[in-house]
Amino acid sequence: MSPGDLYPRPEEGTWTEHYPDLGTSPVSFHDSISPEFYRHEQDAIFRQAWLNVGRVDDLPKQGSFFTKDIVAARTSVIVTRDGAGVVHAFHNVCRHRGNKLVWDSTPTQETRGFARQFVCKYHGWRYGLDGACTYVHQEDEFFDVDKSTLGLAEVACEVWAGFIFVCLAKQPRQSLREFLGPMVGALEGYPFDAMTERYSFRAENASNWKVFIDAFQEYYHVPPLHTYQLGPNNRDPNLTFEGAHYQLDGPHRVVSTTGVQKHKWPPETMYPSEVLLRSGNMGPWDAHDLDRDLVGINPGGVERWGIDNFQIFPNLEILIYERNWYLSYRFWPTSHNTHVFEADLWFTPAKTARERLAREYAAITVKEYALQDCGTLDGTQLGLESEAFEDYPLNDQEILVRHFHKSVGDWVDAHRRGLGDESMAPR
Amino acid sequence: MATFPAQFAALEPYADWALPSEADRYAKRLASTMPELREFYDAAMPLLESEADYLRGVALDGISDEDLNLLRCLQALVTVSFPVEAWHQPYVPDSGAASIDVTVEPRP
Amino acid sequence: MPHFGKPAAGTWTEHFGLSTEPISYGDSISPEFYALEQEAIFKKTWLNVGRVEQLPKAGSFFTKELDAAKTSLLIVKNRNGDIKAFHNMCRHRGNKLAWQDYPNEEIAGFSRQFTCKYHGWRYDLDGNLTFVQQEKEFFDLDKEKFGLAPITVDVWEGFIFVTFNPDPQPLKDYMGRMGAGLEGYPFELMTQKHTYRSEIGSNWKLFIDAFMEFYHAPVLHAQQATDEESRKLQEYGYEALHYDIDGPHAMVSSWGGMAPPKDLNMVKPIERLLRSGLFGPWDGPDIGELPEGVNPAKSKTWGIDSFLFFPNFMLLIWKPNWYLTYHYWPTSYNTHIFETSLYFAPPKNAMERLQQELAVVTFKEYGLQDANTLEATQTMLQSGAVTEFPLCDQEVMLRHMHTVCRDYVEKHKSESGAVLAGTAAPSSKGA
Repeated sequence: MSPGDLYPRPEEGTWTEHYPDLGTSPVSFHDSISPEFYRHEQDAIFRQAWLNVGRVDDLPKQGSFFTKDIVAARTSVIVTRDGAGVVHAFHNVCRHRGNKLVWDSTPTQETRGFARQFVCKYHGWRYGLDGACTYVHQEDEFFDVDKSTLGLAEVACEVWAGFIFVCLAKQPRQSLREFLGPMVGALEGYPFDAMTERYSFRAENASNWKVFIDAFQEYYHVPPLHTYQLGPNNRDPNLTFEGAHYQLDGPHRVVSTTGVQKHKWPPETMYPSEVLLRSGNMGPWDAHDLDRDLVGINPGGVERWGIDNFQIFPNLEILIYERNWYLSYRFWPTSHNTHVFEADLWFTPAKTARERLAREYAAITVKEYALQDCGTLDGTQLGLESEAFEDYPLNDQEILVRHFHKSVGDWVDAHRRGLGDESMAPR
Repeated sequence: MATFPAQFAALEPYADWALPSEADRYAKRLASTMPELREFYDAAMPLLESEADYLRGVALDGISDEDLNLLRCLQALVTVSFPVEAWHQPYVPDSGAASIDVTVEPRP
Repeated sequence: MPHFGKPAAGTWTEHFGLSTEPISYGDSISPEFYALEQEAIFKKTWLNVGRVEQLPKAGSFFTKELDAAKTSLLIVKNRNGDIKAFHNMCRHRGNKLAWQDYPNEEIAGFSRQFTCKYHGWRYDLDGNLTFVQQEKEFFDLDKEKFGLAPITVDVWEGFIFVTFNPDPQPLKDYMGRMGAGLEGYPFELMTQKHTYRSEIGSNWKLFIDAFMEFYHAPVLHAQQATDEESRKLQEYGYEALHYDIDGPHAMVSSWGGMAPPKDLNMVKPIERLLRSGLFGPWDGPDIGELPEGVNPAKSKTWGIDSFLFFPNFMLLIWKPNWYLTYHYWPTSYNTHIFETSLYFAPPKNAMERLQQELAVVTFKEYGLQDANTLEATQTMLQSGAVTEFPLCDQEVMLRHMHTVCRDYVEKHKSESGAVLAGTAAPSSKGA
């Protein structure tokens, strides 16, 4: 620990040096501007890793379904809950002539709903919720067609802590739990299922997917960029940020913050609406009692814990707040320099209008500050693409950025060398 | 000054459908609500039925302004008939992202 | 139990000697295959680029963008009334010759000569270079050697065709038996023309596939009929009256468009009032006896014949004596431009004009449903999630067309290989 540090660092003196594989040199961001690298990522990462496509809340009952267009994996998937309650995933393509199977009025848009079966709009072929082909129109016109061989192409699908993941590899190298590893896996009992009131946002951003993820995996930017998260009486131009705890596990990583327990701050340090609505960027002040063990959080055991920011490779982020709510972000590349950003905020259900407003305020607050993060993206992407510089210095508070880009690079290298996944396993 | 021949007076409120190109008529259809489309359709169809002989007598060469307006308005009825009779919505179902644009059309 | 007869072999597919195995759509998702198609198909076959009515007098011209053949064409009627075709390119420094504000957009019009916007070189209607700005600045420039690069052009039944094949078979031979069967159809009487154009995010062959089978019609276009009619159609399913194949070309003959329909309540009100619909005005003009090739099954229920003249020209003859054409012009391995023109005998009055309007608009409403699925189909084929696709007997034309494309490409590959190896002369009679 250095003089002036708020929180203890590992014995090596810095978080970064605690993980010697990371190095401390400036890093290249070529991986964020290269169309060729993006193509490698598509095969090495998006068609290999476990990808979070939704939650069990998206499939409330038997017959529920939703589609997810995963441009980065060059496919679209259908996710269903069948009559026995089992969750399945399939490639969203009819076995007849390759028509996209499930869509509403615009085939290039996602859809969701309830169905007893899926009917291809083109020639009326039908499939059950378990993917079985149940009807071929004018079957006699076909040649030795065996419907039992014409089921939808399956996609590996597993549910963890209520999060639905798919893996597009024909033979996933790891089960979902093996992939998530012990650090993330420890969250499995966290009461996500108690938080069912949802606010969702979506954005189309003009930057590489990783550039936006980087914005969320360091808080070094918070004092300068999000100055206005602090009320007018509270702003200090020299404010700095230190993470209380950083931890890496395989390709995944976490940072924990402390001290931002706004429900305990003096009112004059905040905006009037925060005080009146009893809410803000840390969530509604009046957390519901969960009467459950909050497992998996605060892996560093820091005091006055505020937020855990879990970055789950490749493109999922789960933020768990001290006030008993959480959010998840997903970043879906659509090209080497564009991506779709999805955000879901989950709260325990409001019981009164007042509670509902507190949640609304928290959700809108997240959006307002996310817009500040988004706002920089176009400029960052253009700047990187100028290739005026070859590398960029990262400080110790940006360890997660360093680790993320290294993990991406390692997966791409391994894929290109045809290695198995042992080198990628969590420690 | 009436837009249409006298026996089509009931169409006067819908004179803004008398548009010169298919692209204009189609765009107006897509921008209309179902109640608006139905109202126009309900006013125009009975006239199409009762004045069929009149239409057969309208030569295209040297067509008068009033008859040309009428023709355009009934061409609009043709495109509007689809949402009312088949689709129950202004857009062709399952047509989301597609567009097919007229590049040549006869005059009149 | 099929409703209409099938050939002695039991199925149309086996009758034509085609395999009954599932097909791969690898030919529709590959940039490499498209590059081969450009050489093997679009530079070898006869391509229909227009009709003679587009060139009404000497000096009439139109341009055509042919990404598929990697060029732009200029088609002209000269002072003798002959139709000429040239590469739309100035012989000086390769500037595009005929265009208006946007060089990539096609134009049409009338001109006494063509003047290059760049340095003012001029060409007459025979492609001769007639004027070179500051000719003295050049070195022994013989204007006769720098006329517009000509392209072989010919006309069949009023349809203008070009070919880039240096040694093509005569156009009439290329059109084969089915072309011969259509000779004498009064295309020239049907001068009332409507054209639509669309940019489609799919391989050119996928949209052709959509139009070569009506198996999809009762399902995809179900809302186009009244509920009861629609239900009946789906129950029966679809069967063609007849299929035919001749070399690379194919056709399907179908029932439909009974006019007037047996039960007037089976059609939509607008169709009842205008006495028209998808199949056209119920009362078409009298054009005399139809040529032998139309309605090959000679069925009383005949409604439409659809001919595919390989590679990308479809000609549809409708019972009420009108016709339409479809063209599919690839612009990349997964995009193309679709154009359709609908041709009628000129309407004599406003009622006939409206009847034709309904037929034309109906086509578009149907066409949008077909077109809309294509971009997503292209994406899903490119995902590689599924790699073989079963086709039924009513999809025999699809099977045939993809086979022909593959055959042309294979032939081109072996001939180019043989040329490179110095073991064979370049192909003759490539079409």
